[in-house]
Amino acid sequence: MNSLTLISILLVYLTFLFFIAHWAEKKENLKWANNPYIYSFSLAVYCTAWTYYGSIGVAANSGLNYLTIYIGPIIIIPAWIIILQKIIRISRLNNVSSIADFISLRYGNSRFLGALVTLICLAAILPYIALQLKAISETFHVVTKTPENSLALFDTTTYVAVALALFASYYGTRYVDASEKRKGIITAVAMESILKLVFFMIIGIYVTYFVFDGYGDIYKKASVLEHFNTKNTIGSIENGMNWFFLCMLSLFAIFLLPRQFHVSVVENNREKHIKTALWIFPLYLFIFNLFVFPIAWGGNVLFDGEVKNADTYSLLIPQFFNNTFLTIIVFLGGFSAAISMIIVSSISLSTMLSNNLLIPYTFLGRLKNEEQEINNKKIVTIRKIGIFLLIIIAYLIYRFFALDYSLGSIGLVSFVIIGQLAPSFFGALFWRRGSSLGAKSGIIVGFLVCLYTLLIPYAYGLTNTTNTFIASGIFNIDLLKPLALFGLDYLSPIAHAFFWSLLFNTMTYFAVSVNFKGNYRERNYAEMYIDVDKYSTNHENAFVWKGTAYTRDIEKVLVKFLGEERTQRAMSIFNTKYNVDKNQELADARLVKFAENLLTGHIGTASAKILISSVVKEEKITLPEVLKILEESNENIQINKKLVETSNELKKITYQLKHANENLIIKDRQKDDFLDTVTHELRTPITAIRAASEILIDDEDVPDDLRKQFLNNIISESDRLNRLIDKILDLEKLETGKQKLNLSQNDFFNTLSKTIEPLQQLIKNKNISVILDFQKPLFLFYDEDRIIQVVTNLLSNAIKFCPEVGGKITIEILNKSNFYEINVVDNGKGIELKDAEMIFDKFYQSDNQNIKKPHGSGLGLAICKQIVELHQGKIWAKNNENTGACFTFTLLK
Amino acid sequence: MKKILLVDDEPNIIMSLEYTFKKNNFEVYIARDGQEALDILENQIPDVIILDVMMPNVDGYATLEQIKKNEKLNQCKVIFLSAKNKESDIQKGLALGASDYITKPFSLKKLVDKVKGLLE
Repeated sequence: MNSLTLISILLVYLTFLFFIAHWAEKKENLKWANNPYIYSFSLAVYCTAWTYYGSIGVAANSGLNYLTIYIGPIIIIPAWIIILQKIIRISRLNNVSSIADFISLRYGNSRFLGALVTLICLAAILPYIALQLKAISETFHVVTKTPENSLALFDTTTYVAVALALFASYYGTRYVDASEKRKGIITAVAMESILKLVFFMIIGIYVTYFVFDGYGDIYKKASVLEHFNTKNTIGSIENGMNWFFLCMLSLFAIFLLPRQFHVSVVENNREKHIKTALWIFPLYLFIFNLFVFPIAWGGNVLFDGEVKNADTYSLLIPQFFNNTFLTIIVFLGGFSAAISMIIVSSISLSTMLSNNLLIPYTFLGRLKNEEQEINNKKIVTIRKIGIFLLIIIAYLIYRFFALDYSLGSIGLVSFVIIGQLAPSFFGALFWRRGSSLGAKSGIIVGFLVCLYTLLIPYAYGLTNTTNTFIASGIFNIDLLKPLALFGLDYLSPIAHAFFWSLLFNTMTYFAVSVNFKGNYRERNYAEMYIDVDKYSTNHENAFVWKGTAYTRDIEKVLVKFLGEERTQRAMSIFNTKYNVDKNQELADARLVKFAENLLTGHIGTASAKILISSVVKEEKITLPEVLKILEESNENIQINKKLVETSNELKKITYQLKHANENLIIKDRQKDDFLDTVTHELRTPITAIRAASEILIDDEDVPDDLRKQFLNNIISESDRLNRLIDKILDLEKLETGKQKLNLSQNDFFNTLSKTIEPLQQLIKNKNISVILDFQKPLFLFYDEDRIIQVVTNLLSNAIKFCPEVGGKITIEILNKSNFYEINVVDNGKGIELKDAEMIFDKFYQSDNQNIKKPHGSGLGLAICKQIVELHQGKIWAKNNENTGACFTFTLLK
Repeated sequence: MKKILLVDDEPNIIMSLEYTFKKNNFEVYIARDGQEALDILENQIPDVIILDVMMPNVDGYATLEQIKKNEKLNQCKVIFLSAKNKESDIQKGLALGASDYITKPFSLKKLVDKVKGLLE
């Protein structure tokens, strides 16, 4: 196939990815771009060109060993729900944007440690990126059947590398704050993950079922090949050890590789997305590996005896059958695998390079004095150039050094180097005593061992047995043979180097940490990391800091990087969160930590600390003091929690008391009003009686008829007095339960007739029409005298409130599930809503009749209520639609 | 002959008052609530008004307020006659400009003396 055609296809493909990234960036708030599947598939950036091509090479040449790289992650993934969640939480709270930040922050925010981790990552990953470029380049030449051009300028893959570098540096540095999410890139990576899987499955199915007749066929044909059995069994116990260590190696790598840390931690939007990744990612790895074996051995069968690079079997097979379309598809899948790795790795490496190496060691002094815009521009430029240079350097490594090694071997070397971060990384999560010095010395010692047992021999060529260094060790000491250190001669070079370097690394880390205690800051962060859940809501509280600091100074520093507006916004968030007065001049530990966090995303943890330290005056604290403060703050948090609970309870009780009190006051006032009313009502007949009597006794000339009239008045007023006293006693009896009901079965219609009879005159006087709306007869169980009392009361009220002209009263009975509802409806002015409930309280008189003569003693409805409730019914009032009042009471069936 | 207006919603009390004041040579006018009283005052200017407080429609206090607004009635003396005997009620009545506040039940003789005293 023509180079130009393939390049055009590549360009179209890259444009497509560019479009996806661009689209996702635009729609970053859309649910679609935030779903857990994007997160899960982006994790498959783990499967690089090494997986895509290299696994097949390994499977073809050395059998099952390729599986270890996938078994390791699958073993550890179930533990993600705890470990990864913890890492994500710590990182989110501290604005961590790379693994270098993560490790160095835990060990007292050590600048040197951050730089060291960055260097380790660079050493591990640059050759790894080179490997990807090599894969692109090699496969490109396989597809186009062109030889590689020894002059980089004329080699088409050079331009591919440059294009990638531009793409990554453009999209990877959209935000100054490195802990911001990069939706565009991540969506594109997830898309590529899906494409590479689909393409790989297509070629797998093609080889298995079209070139051959299924798995059985391939197995049958392959099993007659030389070495088939030895390659496809684990074999000896030594080989088992190799397996074990390789699994461990990849288990660490899934956490430690900068690109994995980036996609799984920095780009994580929601912790719950882990749950989806928990099954998607292992399933992804599993499906990917289904077809590695058939392609590898299918290739071995097809090309038996020919010297071919087994890494490229997946391309050679369709090409062998002249299937250009499939060849291109496979090439695009491998290309996807390579570029997602390159892009994500270079972004995370450049963040580390800028935030943990360049800014804290060189640029910080200059950034300190500039304006925000210039600063941001500088930081972004540093990162852009960083990404670009990293890819170009990787390309140069590929051109000059990495040409001779197979994909798998470089990948594993890189895993071993990155593995050196494991002790300090996992120690950060689980061991309080781990110290900065321990972490640094562990990493350095581990790396040196790795250098001795792996990198130097690698540089000489592993199989170069004539080399004296490899054959007989340094100074000819047998025990120091680099590939068989201390006589351990049965492990493969990778497993061997991994074993020794990690052993020394871990031992050093433990020994140094135990013997040289870290300072208070390390111990402080240890608490914050290990007990992250305890501090997750008020993270800044956990930061121990003593000294003098001014809010204004800290704000000034923030403005230089965040700008005026964002600084003010952040400060007001802080003030609200901790209930701090915004005019507070002195800053406390929380503000110091808060400010450091804000800067961390821009310039890294170490620089953030340095910058803030330059404007505050910190006092040294001793380790025991830190522990004491932490303990106290812990206690405080718990006491606070209890206090909040108690105060909430108190608030509730206070509210209830207040409510009860208000009710009491109202009741008390009602009682006063009632007494007022009752005395008034009692005095009125007494007054009449007294006046009449006075006339009769003083005046002997009163005419006879008038004298008779006065005496009649005295009698009627005495009766009135008596009735009133009866009512009061009646209510008292009902209320105290002394009144018993005399229940019997009655026809409600009969009862109603008896009630209306004495009221006929009043009804006629006002010309009111009374409508009875219910089925007759209606037999119910009640105390007839009492119910007559109730209905009389309601009817007299209704009559009283009916308009002078066109008055109308309706009595209707509704049949409800287990009771009857009796409504007495008039068409008067209705009742005030605020009175609706209280009119049934004794003593209650509506406001608007407070001074005016009340229409009754204020006892009628109260007595009704008592009677109805004694019948287990309810009584209430509301306004009817036709603006009249509607009084309702219920009677049980 | 002096004119007196009796305002109360209790017919039996009115009856005794009417009899007593007529006997003492007053020209007696009667109203059963505040509104009726105000209607009568449109045409008549009595020398004394005996005013109950708790009455339907317009109560005694409101009636007195209306009376005080009317300049023609400047010379009218007003005596409250009420069963509301709380100190606050009495103070309110006097503050509105009543000449006296007599609580029920009352002595007719003393009431007549008080009215006569006011008119001297």
